[in-house]
Amino acid sequence: MTNSKNEMISAGDGSPKMTTRNVNVFYGDKQAINDVSIDVNMDNVTAFIGPSGCGKSTFLRCLNRMNDTIPIAKVTGEITLEGEDIYSPTMDVVQLRARVGMVFQKPNPFPKSIYDNVAYGPRIHGLAAGKDELDNIVETSLQRAGLWGEVKDRLLDSGTALSGGQQQRLCIARAIAVDPEVILMDEPCSALDPIATAKIEELIHEIRGRYAIVIVTHNMQQAARVSQRTAFFHLGTLVEYGETSEIFTNPTETQTRDYITGRYG
Amino acid sequence: MNSPTITDMERRPTEWQGVEMQKRIKRRYASERRFKALGLAAILMSAGFLAFLLIVMMSNGFRGFTQTELPLEIDFPAATGGASASQFEGQNGLANMQSMGLQDIVNNSIEIQYGADGKDLFSSGGWTAVGSEILNNPDMVEQKTIIYLPVDAALDVAYKSDGNEEAEARVEQLGDQLSTGFNWNFLISSDATDPMQVGIWGALKGSLITMFITLLLAFPVGVLAALYLEEYAPKNRITDLIEVSINNLAAVPSIIFGLLGLAVFLNLFGLPRSAALVGGLTLALMTMPVIVISGRNAVKSVPPSIREAALGIGASPLQVVFHHVLPLALPGILTGTIIGMARALGETAPLLMIGMRAFIATPPDGVTAPATVLPVQIFLWSDEVNRGFVEKTSAAIIVLLLFLLTMNALAIYLRNRFETRW
Repeated sequence: MTNSKNEMISAGDGSPKMTTRNVNVFYGDKQAINDVSIDVNMDNVTAFIGPSGCGKSTFLRCLNRMNDTIPIAKVTGEITLEGEDIYSPTMDVVQLRARVGMVFQKPNPFPKSIYDNVAYGPRIHGLAAGKDELDNIVETSLQRAGLWGEVKDRLLDSGTALSGGQQQRLCIARAIAVDPEVILMDEPCSALDPIATAKIEELIHEIRGRYAIVIVTHNMQQAARVSQRTAFFHLGTLVEYGETSEIFTNPTETQTRDYITGRYG
Repeated sequence: MNSPTITDMERRPTEWQGVEMQKRIKRRYASERRFKALGLAAILMSAGFLAFLLIVMMSNGFRGFTQTELPLEIDFPAATGGASASQFEGQNGLANMQSMGLQDIVNNSIEIQYGADGKDLFSSGGWTAVGSEILNNPDMVEQKTIIYLPVDAALDVAYKSDGNEEAEARVEQLGDQLSTGFNWNFLISSDATDPMQVGIWGALKGSLITMFITLLLAFPVGVLAALYLEEYAPKNRITDLIEVSINNLAAVPSIIFGLLGLAVFLNLFGLPRSAALVGGLTLALMTMPVIVISGRNAVKSVPPSIREAALGIGASPLQVVFHHVLPLALPGILTGTIIGMARALGETAPLLMIGMRAFIATPPDGVTAPATVLPVQIFLWSDEVNRGFVEKTSAAIIVLLLFLLTMNALAIYLRNRFETRW
């Protein structure tokens, strides 16, 4: 099943977790995103691919309003989480970002202990009633992030002392700890070696279904490996969005085909 | 590549071993050696000046902590008509002593031992030292006792170094009777007209209170201003103007802050002059811009990825600032605070404007009591005619430097404790 950019699509099974309708993003006078409509589904990993500067990261950062921190950025259109407009004045940004977690390009653990890194989110949102519950959240989060076995004996060591791949999994554990509904990953493996990358991809497979996952990647093989649905962006517009298998084997648009076959990008 | 390469045809082969090239290399090494020698010379020169300053201060200053003494025999049973030790114990001790006429007793004893003009040998306020000795050890009033009393300032100077002719002659005449003792009085009393009686405690306490008020005001206000300007304030023309103003404020000559303090705190608010409170407020005005500037730089240098990480899991902007940005910026803020406080501690000019140059003979017992501070005390003593003040000035400088060192050591200790290893 394939779609052209301005047509809406039915997003797999069940109702979509997040929907975007006619989203435009402006940085000052410059338009970075042009009329993008996408549904993000609970059961799927959605990958955003495209050449550098095509706006995929910008679009991703609209989904948890991280663009709010840039004063000149302006977002129009409608983005909903479970049917609720996330840009409406009644939406609490702080809560939204807890529900839509984010993992960044460069691993950015806090310069605190591993335990405190994971426990920080639950602490500020008051998710744990006591020390035991907090310990429990930290352990399950680290387990889901596949890091528990490696760090369980040194939870009080600094998070910044871990290797790059471990740091990135710590950041994923930190995002998981606040029990989000959606996890946004902005090129989570671009600073990692192939082995660490493989571990993160494995991790994505394991947590899929529990959280809706959106991943931005430069690596097309990675998009093919981890995602079920793929969106191809070019110059701020959504060129094509559909099943990953379709996009990679039988794309509708010539631009997509050219990009995937390595003609440009 | 099939583009035509004209340069290949025209260019001579580089002669790496040629004479020209060797000369060039030699010149390069020579200029490097020159630069190193200049740098070394600069460092040696500063170290030399510092060593000179310290040696001069120390050699003069340590003499300021000592006093020349003469032994005085007092026959208490005869002079007091049989006072008992119990009279000077407990709460009534001081009152009883005042009614005893101690000054006359001491003067009579001097006359008996050193003749009619013996009084000139001793520091005029020396008899008070006898009083405190009695309070510490009342038993001595029941027997003949020998007490060492500070000598006259001119004699003190003559004994320690070279004084005027008359005093030198006296010193020779007294010979072995003169001795040197540690001047405890210098550490516990305040300003006086007689250099043998002056002390540094009043000025030290004044400096402590003033610095405390300065820190209490300048640190929180400076840090909050820096955090607000960096994290919350919109970037527009008004904040630009504020930034320029703060930078200029940090460079304003300190005496102008003194005039400001005079106009605002004394004339407008009617606060008492000479008070540590006003001094602290004035110095806080001067210190704040330094803390704001260093604070802003420290806040700016916190990596944005940490802010994003915290925002990304739903921390509010306030939580981002107080849980992450401030702890990471604190070492830098503390560095700026050290610099600002060190400058405030050594400041004299603005305090002269608010009346802190008065002669104050008792240590301040509150923030509004008349006080003086160490640098002002040094300034005042350096202005005295009496030669006895020369070494007291140096001694006061040593106390000021020790104060400064202690303050900086504390701040550096705090900074290292908060420093995060990345």
